[in-house]
Amino acid sequence: MVPRRFRVASTRRDNHDTLTVQLEPCEGGPLAFAAGQFTMLQVFGVGEVPISISGDPRGSGPLQHTIRDVGSVSHALAFAAPGQVLGVRGPYGTGWEVADGKGGDVVLVAGGIGLAPLRPALLEICAERDDYERVSLLYGARTPSDVLFADDLRSWAEDHRITVEVIVDRGEAGWTGRIGLVTQLIGKVAFGADQRLALVCGPEVMMRHSAVALVARGVEPQRVRLSMERNMKCGVGLCGHCQLRELFLCLDGPVLPFDRLEPLMSRAEL
Amino acid sequence: MVRMTIEQYLPHHPFLAGLDEDALALLARCATLVHFAPGEYLFREGEPADAFYVLRTGRVALETRLGTGSQVLDTADADDPGDGVVGWSWLVPPYRWTFDARAVSETSAVSFDGVCLRARCEEDPVLGYALMRRVVGVMSTRLHSARVRLLDLYGGRP
Ligand SMILES: Cc1cc2nc3c(=O)[nH]c(=O)nc-3n(C[C@H](O)[C@H](O)[C@H](O)COP(=O)(O)OP(=O)(O)OC[C@H]3O[C@@H](n4cnc5c(N)ncnc54)[C@H](O)[C@@H]3O)c2cc1C
Ligand code: FES
Repeated sequence: MVPRRFRVASTRRDNHDTLTVQLEPCEGGPLAFAAGQFTMLQVFGVGEVPISISGDPRGSGPLQHTIRDVGSVSHALAFAAPGQVLGVRGPYGTGWEVADGKGGDVVLVAGGIGLAPLRPALLEICAERDDYERVSLLYGARTPSDVLFADDLRSWAEDHRITVEVIVDRGEAGWTGRIGLVTQLIGKVAFGADQRLALVCGPEVMMRHSAVALVARGVEPQRVRLSMERNMKCGVGLCGHCQLRELFLCLDGPVLPFDRLEPLMSRAEL
Repeated sequence: MVRMTIEQYLPHHPFLAGLDEDALALLARCATLVHFAPGEYLFREGEPADAFYVLRTGRVALETRLGTGSQVLDTADADDPGDGVVGWSWLVPPYRWTFDARAVSETSAVSFDGVCLRARCEEDPVLGYALMRRVVGVMSTRLHSARVRLLDLYGGRP
């Protein structure tokens, strides 16, 4: 439960409210993690929140988190000055286990900041691209200027044969792309292989609609994985903050298959 | 795309798939092929709604005019199964367009004459019902999309 100390190496602004923070360990080696896992990030004297790791799980570079400034702790993290020391606990939780998709088609569906937790899975696919069949990324954002990782999106499409489709809720001057819901793109994904894996991350309503649409397209519910990012406090199964009936989302999740989540997600009071 | 006559093309479009040969032959008599360059308008708000477009290629933006310029509300794409159509005001009095529709990319479409379509539907209620079911399917998808986007999911609590 004692956090490791990491120093802010650099920060990159991704859009008007989201920044990516690169951290170097003050002592010891880099933090090994699996794509989809999160850490508890602490700004000393302000607070601690769960944030997914958005960097490359295979690299030995800085520890990377992409943070949307929504409140006091996320603001203090996103705007931590280079050199500032932060606390890091973890990595915690289950990962995407994207390698289960080898030999088949993989569809990744992201909404808003949900692209950040999926980025490590995409980087893992890119590193062994030939082991997968068709790979598609369907990404919904609020407006064109909210779109994250524009350089990555281009590189995934051009250098790694990933079909990247971006759709926004609202257009802006000069936008010639699609406007609408990310779920409507699921109907047009090209599926070839029998073995299909779908990874979904975003607001819960969007994940629920996406999962239903993916199942309707023939993906088995146990191979539709969602990342459930509910409130968390301890991150290690002690406090019960993240409990969703029998599930502790910090331990059993955040990544869980839709067949386990469906009965819980459709209940408004849980 | 291989050159096809309208009669040959219609059964291949997901919106019309499943209609029998006689129905498609009736519809083909109301149809012409049209093409729009990027930026060209299919129709403008307030004008008589005299057509229905089944998109073959391209993307069309549905827009409304604000004091500050145009705001795109939705797009229709030829490659979206079941969604690649534009315009249902030909079906509903007073038969006036309620939005602008502008080609975003090179767009080709089958344009159906609205008066002719209404006459075919009146004469042949089975065809009318089949067409209505398809239009309602598209309307329901667009309404769902508009409602969910009203929640502003990506802007509020993640
Ligand atoms: C497993 C997990 C992974 C996450 N990964 C990321 C990530 O990669 N990037 C990122 O920016 N955020 C991520 N989040 C969300 C992040 O933890 C919250 O945004 C953060 O806790 C907000 O704290 P705050 O003090 O800044 O804001 P607060 O003042 O606590 O709240 C500000 C607003 O954020 C909402 N909020 C608070 N906590 C959460 C939460 N856990 N989930 C959703 N909304 C919340 C509140 O309802 C409120 O509207 C993740 C959450 C979990 C559980
Ligand atoms: S966050 Fe404490 S039990 Fe999960």
